[in-house]
Amino acid sequence: MLKILYFAHLREALGQGDENLPLPSGVGDVAALRRYLADRGGPWHHLLTARNLRCAINQEMARSDSAIADGDEVAFFPPVTGG
Amino acid sequence: MSVRIQEADFDLGKELAEFHGDPRIGAVVAFVGLVRDSNDAARILEMTLEHYPGMTEKALAAIVSEAGQRWSIIDALVIHRVGRLRPTDRIVAVAVAAEHRGAAFDAGEFIIDQLKTRAPFWKRELTTAGARWVEARETDEQASERWQMG
Repeated sequence: MLKILYFAHLREALGQGDENLPLPSGVGDVAALRRYLADRGGPWHHLLTARNLRCAINQEMARSDSAIADGDEVAFFPPVTGG
Repeated sequence: MSVRIQEADFDLGKELAEFHGDPRIGAVVAFVGLVRDSNDAARILEMTLEHYPGMTEKALAAIVSEAGQRWSIIDALVIHRVGRLRPTDRIVAVAVAAEHRGAAFDAGEFIIDQLKTRAPFWKRELTTAGARWVEARETDEQASERWQMG
């Protein structure tokens, strides 16, 4: 099972802040997970089209080719704007 | 070294008093960020700060730890507020204690520059024209990156 979190305008666009998802077969990295989620259609296209979308795996910044494994916490969010 | 995320306001005088009593400390530098009433030509009525609980604390602790490796500092404090804030409210504080002022100034500037590009916070502004998520600034990215060359 993956725990997936969405923040800021992405959370608003999707209408949800988190979900649990059984690791889909064939999804081994961040890029593949983004494609899998975007294939849901509707607002999920944001996973592919959002500008500069960031991803963290287990609360560490990740890249498109970072590996995803069962049990991971994966978060998607726009560039940060704190301070 | 201390990192705190909180909705409540803070009293910087009280926070800095925590640094007193260590006779090695010769310099304390503090930065406080406030909510402005205008941004990108819009009038700001209110702001809401969202964060990623858990990762935010980890990211800030990592930044403070890096500052401790680069400069000779004795103590550091980061406080960042979340939730609803209004213009003139305090939003963030960074304070660094060191033997000498040079390390305290540099480490403090490093911490706030890195916080702005690496700590998962997001600002949503309520302006007179409606609500909007704040866009990341290229100038903040440049301010963060310049430390890589130093």
